[in-house]
This record gives sequence, C-alpha cells and structure tokens, in this order.
Amino acid sequence: MEITELTVHELKEKLANKELTITEITKAYADRIEEKEKGIGAFVTILKEDAMKKAQEIEEKVKANEIKGDLAGIPIGIKDNICTKGIATTCSSKMLENFVSPYDATVMEKVNNENMINLGKLNMDEFAMGGSTEYSAFHVTKNPWNLNKVPGGSSGGVAAAVAAGMVPWALGSDTGGSIRQPASFCGVVGMKPTYGLVSRYGLVAFASSLDQIGPITKDVEDCAMLLNVITGHDEKDSTSENREKVDYTLSLKNDVKGMKIGIPKEFYGEGISEEVKQKLEEAIQKYKELGAEVEEFSLDIANYALATYYIIACAEASSNLGRFDGIRYGYRTPNYENLKDIYKNSRTEAFGDEVKRRIILGTYVLSSGYYDAYYKKAQQVRTLVQAKFDEAFSKYDVILTPTAPTTAFNIGEKKANPLEMYLADICTVSVNIAGLPGISIPCGLDKEGMPIGMQLIGQKFSEETLLNAAYTFEQAVKFRKNYKPEFKNI
Amino acid sequence: MKVSKEEILHIAKLANLNLKEEEIDTYLLHLQDILNFANIVNNAPVEGLKETIGTNKNYNVFRKDEIINFEDNEALLANAPEKERNMFKIPKVIQ
Amino acid sequence: MSREDYEIVIGLEVHAELSTKTKIFCSCPTEFGGEPNTHTCPVCMAMPGALPVLNERVVEYAVKAGLATNCEIARNSKNDRKNYFYPDLPKSYQISQFDMPLCEKGYVEIEDENGEKKKIGITRIHIEEDAGKLNHNEFGGGSLVDLNRAGVPLIETVSEPDIRSSKEAENYLRKLKSIFEYIEVSDCKMQEGSFRADVNVSVRKKGANEFGTRTEMKNMSSFRSIVRAIEYEADRQIDVIEEGGKIEQETLRWDDVSGKTFSMRDKEDAQDYRYFPDPDLVAIKLSDEYIENIKNNLPELPESRKARYMSELGLSEKDSNLLTASKHLSNMFEKASAICKNHKLVANWLLSDISRILNEKEIEADQIPFTAEELAKMITLIEKGTISSAIAKKVVEELFENPKDPEEIIKEKGWIQISDEGAIKEVVQKIIQANPQSVADFKAGKDKAVGFLVGQAMKETKGKANPQMLNKMFIEELKK
Repeated sequence: MEITELTVHELKEKLANKELTITEITKAYADRIEEKEKGIGAFVTILKEDAMKKAQEIEEKVKANEIKGDLAGIPIGIKDNICTKGIATTCSSKMLENFVSPYDATVMEKVNNENMINLGKLNMDEFAMGGSTEYSAFHVTKNPWNLNKVPGGSSGGVAAAVAAGMVPWALGSDTGGSIRQPASFCGVVGMKPTYGLVSRYGLVAFASSLDQIGPITKDVEDCAMLLNVITGHDEKDSTSENREKVDYTLSLKNDVKGMKIGIPKEFYGEGISEEVKQKLEEAIQKYKELGAEVEEFSLDIANYALATYYIIACAEASSNLGRFDGIRYGYRTPNYENLKDIYKNSRTEAFGDEVKRRIILGTYVLSSGYYDAYYKKAQQVRTLVQAKFDEAFSKYDVILTPTAPTTAFNIGEKKANPLEMYLADICTVSVNIAGLPGISIPCGLDKEGMPIGMQLIGQKFSEETLLNAAYTFEQAVKFRKNYKPEFKNI
Repeated sequence: MKVSKEEILHIAKLANLNLKEEEIDTYLLHLQDILNFANIVNNAPVEGLKETIGTNKNYNVFRKDEIINFEDNEALLANAPEKERNMFKIPKVIQ
Repeated sequence: MSREDYEIVIGLEVHAELSTKTKIFCSCPTEFGGEPNTHTCPVCMAMPGALPVLNERVVEYAVKAGLATNCEIARNSKNDRKNYFYPDLPKSYQISQFDMPLCEKGYVEIEDENGEKKKIGITRIHIEEDAGKLNHNEFGGGSLVDLNRAGVPLIETVSEPDIRSSKEAENYLRKLKSIFEYIEVSDCKMQEGSFRADVNVSVRKKGANEFGTRTEMKNMSSFRSIVRAIEYEADRQIDVIEEGGKIEQETLRWDDVSGKTFSMRDKEDAQDYRYFPDPDLVAIKLSDEYIENIKNNLPELPESRKARYMSELGLSEKDSNLLTASKHLSNMFEKASAICKNHKLVANWLLSDISRILNEKEIEADQIPFTAEELAKMITLIEKGTISSAIAKKVVEELFENPKDPEEIIKEKGWIQISDEGAIKEVVQKIIQANPQSVADFKAGKDKAVGFLVGQAMKETKGKANPQMLNKMFIEELKK
C-alpha cells in the first residue's frame, strides 16, 4: 500500500484504526515531494520541516487527547494566492516574491482549526491569470500524466500536486475555471462552490465578483469532506452567504434515479475536440444507465459569457491590482528618483506580460468613453446569463458539459496567443458569471492517455446534488482504479 | 472599435505601467483581438435588462461600530521596502 | 468693465469626518493622533486579500445628516470605487459613492450679505473613506506615509453653485458645521481636519445665464482662509477676463502666507477615475421604517433651539441666532443657565466678553477651555455681589488661561469684592478729600460727579469695591 495513493477518507480510516500514524503520513508525503517535485514543479514554497514538526506536535496532542477531530494531522496543499500568516504568499509573481502575509485567510483559519498540516504553497498562473500555469513568474508546472503538457491553470500546481500524490488534497481558487480546468487536465476532482459559500477573506483578489476558493481532491468523497471544512458564513466578507452549515458527505447517495440532467447542445459544438465529445457521450450514456433522465436543450450563452467574463474580470483586476504600488509591501524597483518612478517601474518590472495585458484591458473598458460599451453592457449580459441558467434549472437538476474543449495541451503551444488561451475557458466561465457551483470529474482518457473532464453545473447552493451526481458516476466508472498518471516524458 | 497607439499609451499611464516602444505593437494587437471578441456583448439580447451589481443577493451587510485592534501591528509593516519611524518611506512628494 | 459688473459663483464640497468609534470598513479606531500606523489592520492597510465590511453607524450618521439638511434619502444605494494612485490611498482606489448617493436634493437656510434668508441647495451627501497622511521629513528628504487616518469615515456634502459671496460661503459653512455638531455626527474639528472644504469658484458677468469656468481649491480648513481665498481667486479671475484671457479649469493651491493661489497639478495628468460598483461590498437598502426611526430620534436642530430661546426665554432674535450658531456655545448656555438660573446674564457674558476673546484668539466655541459649571459659578458670584463686573471680566480672562473654579481664582488673586461698610467708608472719605472739585460740582447740582467719584474709588481699590455700596455711600456722605 502506497500511503500517497490513498484518499483522505481512506487515510482517516487508517488513522482511526491505528494502521497509520500522523507522522508516517506526513513523512510519506514529504518523501513523495522529494521524489516527484523536481519533475513536476508544483510548489512555490515547500514546508517539509515545518510539516514534520507540526505532525509530531499534533500526534502527541492527539495521543494526549488534547485535540480531537478526524482531520487532525491530515496534510494539505494551499494555492499560493491564499494568505498564510508568517509564510510567503507570492501569487507566483515577482511582485510578491518576498511577501509574508501578516494574517491568515479565513479558510486557513478553518484548516488550522482542524489541525491539518500545510505541506506548502502551490504554483499558479501569476495572480491566477491564465489557464496553463505557464504564466507563473517562477517556473512552469508539468502535467503528471505527461511532463510535456501543461497541468492547466490557474490552479495548475494544485491539480498537479494532487494528481502526483504530493499532497492528499488541496485548496485552489476559481475565477473562470481555475479549479475545474486544471482538475480536468490532471484527472482529479475540482469544485468551484456557489459564490458566497466560501469566504474570500485572505484570497488575493483577481476578480472579486467571480473569485471563489474550492477543493481539488482525488475523489468526490474527499471533495465533500474538504467542502465541509471551508464553507460557512464569515463576517469579514460582505459577500459571504449566511446559511446553515451542511454536512456534504451525507449527500453522497450513489443514486441518480430520476435526476434530470440537461445537455446544452451549444457546449458540444464547434471548438470542442472529437475525443472530448465522444467521452462525454459515453458519460451521458452512463447516466442514462444509472437511471437519470437526460435531455438535450439549448443554452446559447457561452460566447456572450466568455466576452463578459473577460471584460468584468479584467476591469475588477485592474482595480484590485492597483494596491501593488511598491510602497507598503511587494517589489520596489531599484530604479527610481521620484514617486512616479516607483509606481511605474515597480509595476512594469514585477508584473508579467499576461497580468499587464489584463490590467490594460481592464483599465480600457472602465475608462471614460468605453464604460457603457463594455463594462455596463457586460453587466447586463451577466443578468442575461443568470436568467438563462434560471430558466434551465426550472427544468433540470444539473447541467452536464465538458470542462474544457480539449485535453491538456503542450507546454508553449498557446502561450503566444492570448485570445486562443482565453477561448479555452469557454465551458467554465459562465458558471462564475452566474455565481453557480460547478464540479469537474474525470470521465476517461484520450488517445494520448490524457484525462478528459466533465463538468456538472447546478443552481446556487445545489452542491449536494452536484456531489451526489458526481459521486454516483465516479462509483460506476472507477476512473482512479483504472488509470494512474505515469509521469511520461514523450 | 479600433484602438490607437495614443490610447494604449494613455491607458498604460492610468495603470502606471510603462510600455516599451517595441512592445506597444504586440499589446495593441492583443488588445485589439480581445476587444473585437469582447464586442460580442454589444450583440447580446439585453434590451431592458438591468445590470448585475453583486453576484449574490446579499444586501445591508453591516458591521457593528466596535473597536477590534489588530493583534500583530509589527507584521503589517514587516514587508515595507523602506520605512522610518514606523512609517512607509517614499521619495519626497510635494502636496 | 468694473468689478461690480461681475457675479461670483461658489460651490462647496465639504468633507466631514464622522464621529464613529471605528473606521468605515474595518474595526480600527478612528481616534485622532496615535503613533503612526498603529490604528491599522490588513483592511485599511490594503493588504492583499483583505476585504471591507461597512460600519452600520456610518450609514445611520449619513442619513441623519441628510435628514437634518432636508435631503431625500435613497432607498437603494451602493458603494463605488474611485481609482487613482496616491501614496496616502493604499488600495489605489477610494471607496466612495458615484451615481447612487445616500442623500440627495436638500438645502440649508442661511443669511446672505444683507441679512436676508437664503436657501443654499445641497446636491448630495455621500459616504466615503478618508485617506492617510503624508508626513514630510524635513531632514532626511522623502515623505513618510501614516495610514492611521486611512479609512476614517467621511460624508461629503456637495452644494449647488448657489453661493454668491465669500460671506455667504462662510455663513453656509458655519451653518453646516453647526448642524453636524447638533446632530452629533461629526465633531467638526477644523484644526484636526475633520471638517474641510473643497472650494469651487467661478465668475460671470451679472445677468449671464452660463456659468464661467471654475477653479477648485482643495482641503481648506479655516473660515478665514476660505474667505480670503475666494476673494483673491474671484479677483484673479476677473483680472484674467478683463485682460482678455481665459480661465482654465484646474485645481489650485491656496497659500495662506502669500495670500495667493497657485496651480497644482500638471495638466497632462488628466484624471479618469474609472468609477465602478465595488464588488467587495453589497447593496444598501433602506426601509421607510429605518429612515422614520432616525428622523424621530434626531436631536433638536439650531432653528428650533433659536425659536425656543426667543419664545420661552425672551431673548432677542440676534442673540438667539448668535447663541445657536454653534452647538458648543448653545450647550454651554443651556447648561450654565440651568445651574445658575440666570439665562440673561449667561447670554450676555457668552456673547460679549467670551465671544470677544474667542475672536481674538481665533478659536471656535468647542475650544473654550472652561466648563459650563465654572461659568455658572462666576455668574452666581456676580449675583451675590462677591465680585463686580469689572472683576468678572478679569475672571473670564483668567478662565481662558488657567481654567478652574472661579471662587478659587478670586481667592488666589485677592479679587474678592470689598463689601465691608467700614472699609468702603474709609475709601469714600479718602476720595472725597482728594477731589474737592467733584464735591463742589455735586453740591452745584451735577449728579454726574458721583459717577466720577465711584470710578476713582474703584481705581483705588483695583476694582474690588462693591460699586452699588460706593454709590450709595458717596451720596450719603456728600449730602451730609
């Protein structure tokens, strides 16, 4: 038995019946990171020694009955845009290369309250802007299924670390697909919760009205468990929803009989690879076999949503990233004589091209003369997208689409063409635009042996329905049992 | 909409970014590409639709007027590139 | 054309810091002063990932201010971001309100140049956050950023361009300040910058329909400077126009020392604030009940106090006006009157000697260093005859310098009035002997001579003799 191949619910069981100890588990992960990180490059900061020390502390406290909780001593990885007190939080940017957060994000407080062990901070596209993790200022993360392919992004380090068994599970963030798309590319489970379900306090903002923290895990049960940890109302986040806490693990019924699944035909059209379509067809077939009622319908919003997404996300980002001015923290240029130089040179030298591109686009769409044509229009389209989804959810419990139009592409393949990279977000962004929950789970491999993900979308706060639908499919196809990343290098 | 070189320089200035002469054309090309695509929003059937303000329906989220002092004041200044007497130091600004 | 052919048009944007305990979007204290950057947290320091949550009292206070200035209160409102870079603005955007302010379309009533009543329109009142402070390092070169003030709540009150003279501007500002003080939403301490104005000035030919191009002077926090700056700027603009020039729309800096305005920002830096709704904050929806409740609990406003002073206390309109112009003066009047039960005497002292000293010192009523109790005590001492008015004048001066119990002051200084008959008689006889001419005048029927003799006696006793007793005794002695 490889410890690092176990899911968290399996680890939990083995901890409970004393087959494994907390230090054994942490040691196994530390060794795995040692072995695999060189080839993958999933981490920005590895906390190996900290983690081992903490594992021993927690182990002793558990023995002494000083702490309880079934997740005590379970390791975790954290995307590097989630603030961790006393630990560098870089957003994979030169701007924050040496930034140490003075406070913990709310989700980190929750993780720490469970006495989980942080194994390290995971690589991403700079400030979460990108879909391949190639825009990290530090290094490119490789896809564990094929080291020449991207892991997706922006939570590429997160998905790669989970897929490679370097962390048992991890937290990512999703603004336009940044959890689901890398989960799809790396053959793991990734969920973007309903906007407001998880506190954004301490998540370095990319686009405030779209960002949401969520789990990337090996399977759906782990996803439900981690969702249990991070959800809940937070007074520090005005957009946090004040709802009663739910135990998501109770929703995993392994039964979709009578569930109504909508298939929006526009999400299966032009630009979607044949192999992706084919595996999705098989998934649809599987759901039918499992007793779900499946129906095709029209949801003609994908292009509008994508255009809207880039307008809104960039507009908000251009404002959110204004605080990186070289005064209170972050990179300050050595080349300055006056304040203006500090602003301009610090920002120009420390932001990568993609971040600058989006700041410029965002500044443009908000600037006088263009606000009405772009930003204001986009906010109206947002209302339209929400209305179309509402209409769909009056008929269906869940909507099933591909997570991404293709499987993971080659490193370097799209980096030169930003628009092409943006178009790859076509299946995921509308979920953020409407503030809905979405989950990506693997549904097969393509001919090259790369994972294909399918996306289930639900109405607001229907996480339980989504998790059950995903779980039932997972139990039926047993992807994890059949396929494993092989760290190929071809 | 066609973006001119002057416009992109003006925008870069608002955003406090320098664009090198040799970069301008690439930025211009990419921006134009993306804007052409983004222009789809102007063909959307949004007649009579309100703008979305806020992703969820939350409203009147208020905080009580009660003082809570941040516990680690030192950490707030620890990342400063340059400081003096507990303040952030910058080149002289004439007001 | 001459100066008289022009009309001055003034619009004012007043920023008042609200007297909440905590900042607008975080739980840090708003208290003035404090070691640099100690009233800060991740939110007001704009640390990555930190988020704002609106202080409920800020909304309440802004609504109060709106109701007290006859505004319509918005049922639906929101916060917007105003984007620009400045080192005192840590997020590089200010959270303010753009197109949906909390209060709109109000007015306040003031007196114009001629003492006539005039309404000054209020376009809007909105909530926003204050910026931090830049301290200029005199020795080391460079500036130092202190963010204690960053995030202190402000209301910005924007007037219509209804004001036509520096005097009207001053009256409007005093009125607004007094209203905010009365309803206790701001302490309006101008010396601490908690009540300050951006002044917009333009001129046009009398009878013209169009406004002239305006210039703006920002962050002015003394009535005197505002009056001077308006007058200087109006004159400057008229000169430019008379010489055939054009006024440029720009931000100017008023220099109090030279008494001139100077161009401030370089013109190529045209601002584009890129306002948009702040996605970190949610809508504000106010119910009728909420607004009604605030309305019903609004403290008494100056207008109504004034009416009460006239009808119930029989004070003149002028005195009532003066007393209620400042909440602090009016409160002191009410408190002292309640203790000593002599509102006329309290009013007299407040409006004469005390107001004169305030003027001389160029300070406002909120900086009066002594308490209403101390003032009342002094009034009582006058009434009891323990001190004369002449001594009381000296007591007031002393109260401004070293405020303490007036009884102690007069004891320490030896200012207790001489009311001992023997002692008074001694003085009277001495003065009579020294002034035979006055004695002769009195005997010749000139009653006024007594006044002169009393004056001499007061001089002799350094003002300590009881003047009524002196008067009586002089007449008795002279008639002998």
